[in-house]
Amino acid sequence: MELSRRDFLKASGTGVGSFVILGRLRPDAGSRLARGVSPLLKKIGEKTTICPYDGSGCGFIVAAENGKVVNIEGDPDHPVNRGAACAKGASLRQLSADNPRRLRHVLYRRGGGTDWEEKSWDWAIGEIARRIKNTRDASFIEKDNKGTPVNRTEAIGNLGGAALDNEECYLLSKMCRSLGLVYIEHQARL
Amino acid sequence: MTNHWNDIGNSDCILAIGGNPAENHPAAFAWITVAKERGGKLISVDPRFSRTSSKADIYAPMRSGTDIAFVNGMINYVLNDIETNPGNYNLTYISEYTNAGYLVNPGFKGPAELEGLFSGYAGGLNETDSAKRKYDKATWSYQLDANGVPKKDKALKDPNCVFQLMKKHFARYTPEKVNGICGTPKDVFLDVCRTYAATGKTGKAGTVLYAMGTTQHTNGAENIRAYSVLQLLLANMGVAGGGINAMRGESNVQGSTDYALLFDSLPGYLGAIQSVDTSLDDYLKRLTPTTRDPLSNNWLKNYPNYITSLLKAWFGEAATKDNQFGFHYLPKPEAGKNYSHIALFEAMTAGTVKGLMCWGQNPAVGGPDSELERKALEKLDWLVATDLWPTETANFWQRPGTKPTDIKTEVFLLPALASYEKEGSVTNSSRWMQWRYKCAAGPGEAEDDMWMLNKLMLKLKELYTKEGGPNADAITKLAWDYGDPPDVHKVAKEINGRDLTTGKQLAGFGAMKADGTTACGNWLYCGSYTEDGNMAARRDLTPDTFNIGLYPKWAWCWPMNRRIIYNRASVDLNGEPWDKEHPVIKWDAASKKWLGDVMDGPAGGGEPVAQGGYLPFIMTAEGVSRLFAPGMGDGPFPESYEPWESPVSNAVSRQQSNPIARIWRPQEKGSADRFPIVATTYRVCEHWQAGQMTRNLPWLVEMMPEPFVEMSEELAAEKGIANGDRVVIESARGQVTMVAVVTRRFKPFQMNGYRVHEVGLLWHWGYTGLSTGDSANTLTPHVGDANTMIPEYKAFLVNIRRA
Amino acid sequence: MAEKAILYDAARCTACRGCQAACKQWNESDEGEGEKTTNFGSYENPRDLSPKTWLKMEFREVERNGKVSWLFSRRACMHCTDAGCVKVCPTKAVFHHELGFVAYNKDLCSGCGYCIEACPFNVPRLTGNRISGIGKMDKCTFCTTPNLDRVDNGQEPACVKTCPPHALAYGDRDKLVAEGRKRVATLQANGNSNAYLFGDKELDGLHVLYVLAEAPATYGLPINPKVPAASVVWQNVMQPLGWVLGGLTIVGLGLNFMVAREARLTKGLPGKKEE
Repeated sequence: MELSRRDFLKASGTGVGSFVILGRLRPDAGSRLARGVSPLLKKIGEKTTICPYDGSGCGFIVAAENGKVVNIEGDPDHPVNRGAACAKGASLRQLSADNPRRLRHVLYRRGGGTDWEEKSWDWAIGEIARRIKNTRDASFIEKDNKGTPVNRTEAIGNLGGAALDNEECYLLSKMCRSLGLVYIEHQARL
Repeated sequence: MTNHWNDIGNSDCILAIGGNPAENHPAAFAWITVAKERGGKLISVDPRFSRTSSKADIYAPMRSGTDIAFVNGMINYVLNDIETNPGNYNLTYISEYTNAGYLVNPGFKGPAELEGLFSGYAGGLNETDSAKRKYDKATWSYQLDANGVPKKDKALKDPNCVFQLMKKHFARYTPEKVNGICGTPKDVFLDVCRTYAATGKTGKAGTVLYAMGTTQHTNGAENIRAYSVLQLLLANMGVAGGGINAMRGESNVQGSTDYALLFDSLPGYLGAIQSVDTSLDDYLKRLTPTTRDPLSNNWLKNYPNYITSLLKAWFGEAATKDNQFGFHYLPKPEAGKNYSHIALFEAMTAGTVKGLMCWGQNPAVGGPDSELERKALEKLDWLVATDLWPTETANFWQRPGTKPTDIKTEVFLLPALASYEKEGSVTNSSRWMQWRYKCAAGPGEAEDDMWMLNKLMLKLKELYTKEGGPNADAITKLAWDYGDPPDVHKVAKEINGRDLTTGKQLAGFGAMKADGTTACGNWLYCGSYTEDGNMAARRDLTPDTFNIGLYPKWAWCWPMNRRIIYNRASVDLNGEPWDKEHPVIKWDAASKKWLGDVMDGPAGGGEPVAQGGYLPFIMTAEGVSRLFAPGMGDGPFPESYEPWESPVSNAVSRQQSNPIARIWRPQEKGSADRFPIVATTYRVCEHWQAGQMTRNLPWLVEMMPEPFVEMSEELAAEKGIANGDRVVIESARGQVTMVAVVTRRFKPFQMNGYRVHEVGLLWHWGYTGLSTGDSANTLTPHVGDANTMIPEYKAFLVNIRRA
Repeated sequence: MAEKAILYDAARCTACRGCQAACKQWNESDEGEGEKTTNFGSYENPRDLSPKTWLKMEFREVERNGKVSWLFSRRACMHCTDAGCVKVCPTKAVFHHELGFVAYNKDLCSGCGYCIEACPFNVPRLTGNRISGIGKMDKCTFCTTPNLDRVDNGQEPACVKTCPPHALAYGDRDKLVAEGRKRVATLQANGNSNAYLFGDKELDGLHVLYVLAEAPATYGLPINPKVPAASVVWQNVMQPLGWVLGGLTIVGLGLNFMVAREARLTKGLPGKKEE
């Protein structure tokens, strides 16, 4: 969704709208600075997001140019944070692809290996699916001792979810159950 | 949260206990500021003076792990005050909207009579035989009349009524006893009681804000139970500025829980199918609550609609009446067996779990007894981890002190996209489902988790179609048609559900059926993506009818966009709001309609109670809320026990610790003579959870560069430790080295003349990332809450010395 | 035009340090791996202001009658009306913005370091180049950093916008002084007898006003701050002379060589290499 100008300038609790103000540069009003037009003041792709940290659900606006993040700050229209951001929220730009520590490739460590190896997605998906199938099929319990179908494997565990989107959680939940997993857990238990 | 972040601004008194919102939910602290500006009070209960305490009207120190004694003491104060000053309380609410007047089985006995135990316990005091550490709950029940409806005494006088049983139970928690257990000075404690009890007045509201300081105990669920009892006696549930509000620590831990990424549930908190359920009927019989009370709406009577629609969403055409809608495709955990986090790592240690998938979680830092959990990973044949960074979990095979060539586990580390590099929704603590967009490109070949899940599931379908395997139908017939790459809107629409006869999106869960003609991935989210579009993407700030900050058109909120749940309790029997200043809903006699928030219950909401309408708490079979809660595993009333590791004896009974908490490793219990200091763990604003999302960001690392342990000046003096020294902290599980922050904000606890020291450790760190440091969870035990199995991170024993 | 100011309310601040991060985020003062810090027995870090850190939060613990307080305060340019830095700056790189606060154009800075000596709050920090001796000063620009200018574009400074508990406000100075006085009166009425509005009168009025629950000294703030006398001499005598002699940049560069080194040697101020 592209935000409209109106969204930005709507009155909010803390200010007159977002920083990435579209035009409206005042002419140099007598100060000694020869002001240029900031690259941050151009109309670039601003979109809204929700903070990935705690459960407050604060709104943020990400400004990016050709996919590269230029600025991230609080969404002044958002009812929870009204444009505000704590230390983590204010640092969100450092989470972007520009952070050299982000993972860029599929990595594989073979059993007993001493280092990571770069692999392709195709290879990884194929190998992981094969291991799931082998482990599942070898450990599958179709019926319990009373003859009730129980269709489960206790040899594969699944963790995670609190950092995923709802739609991802849903598909993960669905996939795990179709495979017969019962060790399904995540951060909510911790 | 029963209420929501903005609503905190409506509160007259905020009780922050087991949570530190200034530190861990800083943006939300704005709403505490709003409440304070209106004259509201902030009470901070915490073992040490925190950033939240710095803004509090009252700071009450409380030794970690003694929450129940503290809150039970508050409840005792209120019960006594109700007798003396009944005009200060909403007695109609108590007698009509809670089970205070319900008569309990005369066979029920409580800890006042049974040395800290409730009737029905299989073992003796401090039982160690795990087979006997359980309750038969037969006596934890109501007396029924001839029609099968619970008997009541709304005057609350019958000696067997819940209210009278409560007076007996809570009378033991005097201010002196609270001091003896919690170390809270008596005058401070009474100040807390007086200030918070003032919200019991009709029209006033108090809110409880809590987080993991409450839950991460062997008595965690009962801690929350104690809050519930307090809030109900003060008529604070359902009203604006009230409620019990869990401040959730991850952006979507609410959603991930709603979607049942837990062994014991299915999406929408439907119960997990178990091995005892030989048919769908069996399952429904076990879980669908019933009532004979004509005034009870008993919302969960709709269970059949929800599970059938879920099965239709998962197995589509393959889910038919004849095969019980694919009921047997689903796995059935063994009834009574625990598959929770600790159990998983114990099974891994035992070698029965061979493979693990880990989606953006880092148990090598966040798991209890973390070195044990890292060693457990060594037993795996394979591990798949998806993340933005290399994590301690993915790197366990090359952690300090290991020889990689000895570790045979294969590890796949998949590069994931960050929150603002993909599209989808998350649900915050307020239950608001909010849509977010792909705003920027990710690095290299990183993909979103949905893309990975889709690829993997499609590959598995291909393998099982080609090669077959046990219960292969559950995989090959799974409804999975989202495109490649997957379309997130298709998934969101499936979650909302549709009418299979018309093909239209369902407008709400009221339209769901049990005959296989509706499909819905999660009944709680039904209404989120209707024929009118994606409700979660709404950005309309139009105020609600009474302008109390509900923002009904901003995003979407489960259930049914209801912003304050149990809101039917915010009005009197005639539908008039208790709080005229902040009405949540109101019965309009002229139009015979409810105004305000979306009413709890069926569309329209029926009439007020006095005109024959249903009782307010629709999620209980009684229709009223429970002061007496037989659903709890360890007792229908909260009872104070010491943490599993504690330096003192239980001062309220001879039962030392929770009688049914599962003990995995009794040999790893630290004794008070070797480890005399209470320890707890916590977080700081500058870092987040297991750390990867912040320990790799330079601005945050420079602000908070390494883990520390906070301690009092008194303890530091005893141990010869100076501020800034490096110190070794040791428990029965392991040891860590951290910087000592010696502070006046921590004080030794004086408990009836007995002195106990406590220290607090930051737990965000591990051996991978821009900032590394020792993991506090190396010290924490593999022991969990009696009801939920949440590990007891928040109270354990250590010793400490200069490094 | 009405003078603008920032009001910082220490009684509302929770020290979440959103401002400390937002300042770097917006002004791009620190785009690398950050400052190397270690924990020194406090929540506070970095230890001092620097060319990369123009704003930092300070943490102080006070105990009185057995009651502990944890006091938070903001450390950054106070934007004085009687501003020593403006007086001594030979190149007019530091100047009073038309809205009253002390703006800064780094391009004009000769790195002489006089502003450092002249600041009663010890705020400006210098990045020196050891070989050429040419350095650049850094400090808070009130978010008027050239090309990253918020204020002139009708936006509040980054620190103000990010503040969750509304401990920071931006607006007309007159109005903020009135608001600050009101809050101080409320604090006093609630038992904080030493509550004080710092910046109302100090140095003819600061453009960062502090609502303090305790006396200024408790927060490490100077009582009755003054511009050092030497700076005044510079402004009144030396500087006009400099202008006459050589114009703006040349003199600046010449002086810079000596002063930057001297400042580093004698005061131990940061003399980090230019990157």
